[in-house]
Amino acid sequence: MSSEGGSDDHVVSLRDVEVHFESDSGLFGFGGDADVVKAVDGVSLDVPENDIVALVGESGCGKTTLGKTAIGVQRPTGGSVHYEGQDVWKAKDREGDVSIPHEEIRQSLQIIHQDPGASLNPNKTVQHTLSAPLRIRKPGMDTFERRDRIHEMLSRVGMEPPDDYAKRFPHQLSGGEKQRVALIRALLMNPDLILADEAVSALDVSLRIDMMDLMLELQDEFGTSFLFISHNLSNASYIAGKADGRIGIMYLGELVEIGPIDEVLGNPQHPYTRALMWATPNLDPDIEDPPDSPLRRIDVPDPRNPPSGCRFHTRCPEAREVCTTESPDLYADGASDAEAACFRVLDDHEYWDSPELDEEGDDRTDLVDESDHGGLADGAAE
Amino acid sequence: MTTMQPTDVSTVEDPIFEVRNTSVSFDMARGESNVLDSVSMDVRRGEVLGVVGESGSGKSMFASALLDAVVDPGMVTGDITFHPESGEPVEILGLPEDEIKRIRWEQIAMVFQGAMSSFNPTMTVGAHFEETLSVHDRPVEAGMDRARDLLSELYLEPAQVLGSYPHELSGGMKQRALIALALVLDPEVLVMDEPTAALDLLMQRNIIELIKQIAAERDLTIVFITHDLPLVANLADRLAVLYAFEFVEVGPAYEVLTGAKHPYTRALLNSTPNLDTPREEMQPIAGAAPDPVSVPDGCSYHPRCPLADERCVEEDPPLDADDPADDHAAACHYVERVREEIPLTLQEVRRHE
Ligand SMILES: Nc1ncnc2c1ncn2[C@@H]1O[C@H](COP(=O)(O)OP(=O)(O)OP(=O)(O)O)[C@@H](O)[C@H]1O
Ligand code: SF4
Ligand code: SF4
Ligand SMILES: [Mg+2]
Repeated sequence: MSSEGGSDDHVVSLRDVEVHFESDSGLFGFGGDADVVKAVDGVSLDVPENDIVALVGESGCGKTTLGKTAIGVQRPTGGSVHYEGQDVWKAKDREGDVSIPHEEIRQSLQIIHQDPGASLNPNKTVQHTLSAPLRIRKPGMDTFERRDRIHEMLSRVGMEPPDDYAKRFPHQLSGGEKQRVALIRALLMNPDLILADEAVSALDVSLRIDMMDLMLELQDEFGTSFLFISHNLSNASYIAGKADGRIGIMYLGELVEIGPIDEVLGNPQHPYTRALMWATPNLDPDIEDPPDSPLRRIDVPDPRNPPSGCRFHTRCPEAREVCTTESPDLYADGASDAEAACFRVLDDHEYWDSPELDEEGDDRTDLVDESDHGGLADGAAE
Repeated sequence: MTTMQPTDVSTVEDPIFEVRNTSVSFDMARGESNVLDSVSMDVRRGEVLGVVGESGSGKSMFASALLDAVVDPGMVTGDITFHPESGEPVEILGLPEDEIKRIRWEQIAMVFQGAMSSFNPTMTVGAHFEETLSVHDRPVEAGMDRARDLLSELYLEPAQVLGSYPHELSGGMKQRALIALALVLDPEVLVMDEPTAALDLLMQRNIIELIKQIAAERDLTIVFITHDLPLVANLADRLAVLYAFEFVEVGPAYEVLTGAKHPYTRALLNSTPNLDTPREEMQPIAGAAPDPVSVPDGCSYHPRCPLADERCVEEDPPLDADDPADDHAAACHYVERVREEIPLTLQEVRRHE
C-alpha cells in the first residue's frame, strides 16, 4: 500500500522512533560524558483508526515525548512518523510528494495537555476559548448556536450551571475544571486522533469514568482515535478496555510490553507490568495483595545513564546475570497477541541457565540488614 | 483521662483529637461560604484515619483546622481539643500564635497539598533539616542523626540527599525527603493532605507502604487526606467521607469499603475505576457537588440521591448509628434501604463468583 510502514488504516504509524535530548544540568550531580537523555529509544507503534491505545509508565519514562512525537509536535531524532501514510516531517519540510499538507495533519492530531492551566489563555473566558475551534471547524454556526453547543458540552462534563462557567476566566476554575475545558476544546476541533496526556488524572475519581465515557462516545460517534497516556492502570484499563484497544507499557524510553489490554492485564508477561499492577490500588479489601514492593529499587535510574543490558535489570525481581549484559527485544510467546521485552518469554533462552543476581543493592534487603546502600541513582553509579 | 462510652460515632476511645462543631467560613461577594459545616470527628491515638472526598468538599479545610492554619480571611469556629501523649489537653482554636507555632511540627506535623514546592530552592535539603531543628531548639547533631535514619528508612541515600538542592531530586525523592523533614522532631500526629497526588502510582504505592511501616514503628497517628479512595483503602484503619463540607460516613475501612452505608459513598465506590470491577458496571455519579454558598437544604446529597424524598429535602440527617455501640455510621435517613437499592458492584461480582 504505502512505503516505510505507513499504512492507510492507521491514523499514525511510528517506526523505530528515537527522541534523544541533550541535557546539561546533572539531576544527580554526577558528571558523565555527553549528557544525552534517550527519552524515546527505538519505539514502533501503530495507532489504528477508530481505536484507543493506552500508554502507561512511571514519570520520566518518555510517554509524553512519545505521544507528542505521534501527533507531530515533537520531531524525532531518528525513525519515522506517518499520518494516513504521509510522512509527517517530510510534509513539514515539503520534501518529496506531499499528499497531505502539514497544516491539515496538525489540525487532525490534537492534544489535551497534562497541565491545562498552561494551555488556556488566562485573558480569555471559557466561552471565548471554546468558540475558536468552532469558528475553524463550523464556520457556518452563528453566535447562538455556538453558545448552545458550548453550554451543552460544559453541562456534559459536569460544569453546571454552564452559563456561569462560560463566563469565567481560567483563574476562576479549579484544576479539574480547566482540564475539562481543554478536553472540550480538543473535541470541538473534530480531530482524527487526540493525545490525552494524563487528561483524567487531575479529575475527581468519581468524574473520571464520566470523562472517559465521553471520550469513548466520541470515538464511537466520529471515529476519533485516542492515544491515552496515564500512570494509572485502572484508568488505562477502563478506557482501552471498553474500546477493545491496546496498551503499551513504557520503561526508560522503551516499550517493554504491548498488546490487547485484556491479554496484557490478564496475563502480564513483563515483570515491570506486574510491578505496575501491584501498585494499582484495589478497592476490594478481601484481596490480599502482597505489601512488599516487587521492585528491587524504588527509584528509577538516571535516564542519562540507563543500566546496561535490560534497562529494567537494576529493579527487576527476576533479573539474572545475562540481563546485565544483553538487551531483550519484544518477544511473543505464541499463545497471545501480546509482546514483552523480557527473556523469560522465551522458553529456550540462556536466561534460564544464567546465575541469579546477588542481593546487593536491593532496597528490600537493605531494610532488613540496615546496611547503608540507598536507592539513589543506581544506574549512574554503575 | 476518663474513658467515655461511645455514644455517637464521632467519638472514639483515647482520642488524640476531638473535633466538635467545627466550621470554616469565608465572606464572599456571593454570600457567606461555609466550606466546613459544623463537623464533629475524633481521631484515635495511633490510627491512620483516611479522609476522602471530592475536590472542593472541604478536605483541606478540615486539615488546616486541625492546626488552626486556615488561610486568611477564613474564619474557624468550634472546638478542637488535642490530647498529647503526656500533659494537659490543648484547645487548638484560639491558642496564642507562638504556642500554636510550637505545637505545629513539634507535636502535629503536616505535609500539605502542593508541599513539593515548599522546599526553598536556594537551600540544600540538609539546611532545611538544620533550620527546623534549630528553630525548635533541638540539638542539631542528634537531630541530624535522626534525619539520616529517617531518610534511610525511606530508601534515600542520606549523605547525597542532604547535600542536594531540591531541584536535583526527582519528585518521589523530594516527597520522601519532605516526609522525613516532617518527622524529624518526632511528632505525635502527621497530617497529610494529598501528599502523593503529584506522583505516579508506583511511587505513590511505595510511599504508602513506607508510611504504613513508619506509622507502625513509631506509634504515629496519621490523618491522610485524599480524593483518591482506592489509594487510602489499603492504608487507613478508619475512613471518613466528606461530602459538601460535612462528614457523611465514618467507620472501619473494611466495613466502609464492603458495606458502605451512605448512598454517596456507595455511588463513589461504584464510580471509581478499579481493575477488578467489570467496566460495563461502573456508574458515574449523576449531577454535581454543591457550591458552598448554596448548599441544598435538608440532606445536602438529596439532589443527586436516588432514594431522596420529602423528608430528605426537609430534615438534615445526623451522622450517627442506629446502635450507639456501632462504630460505623452514615448521615442518611434510610440507611437500612441502601443495601438493597444501591448495590455495590464489586461486592455483587464477588458474590456471584
Ligand atoms: N481562600 C478561599 N476563599 C474562599 N473560598 C475558598 C478559599 N479556599 C477554598 N475555598 C473554597 O472552600 C471549599 C473547600 O475547599 P478545600 O480546599 O477544603 O477543598 P478540598 O476538598 O481540599 O479540595 P481539593 O481536593 O480540590 O484539594 C471549596 O468550595 C473552595 O472553593
Ligand atoms: S530481561 Fe531480565 S531484567 Fe529484563 S525484565 Fe526480563 S528478567 Fe527482568
Ligand atoms: S438522607 Fe435521603 S437524600 Fe440524603 S442520602 Fe439518605 S436517602 Fe439520600
Ligand atoms: Mg485540598
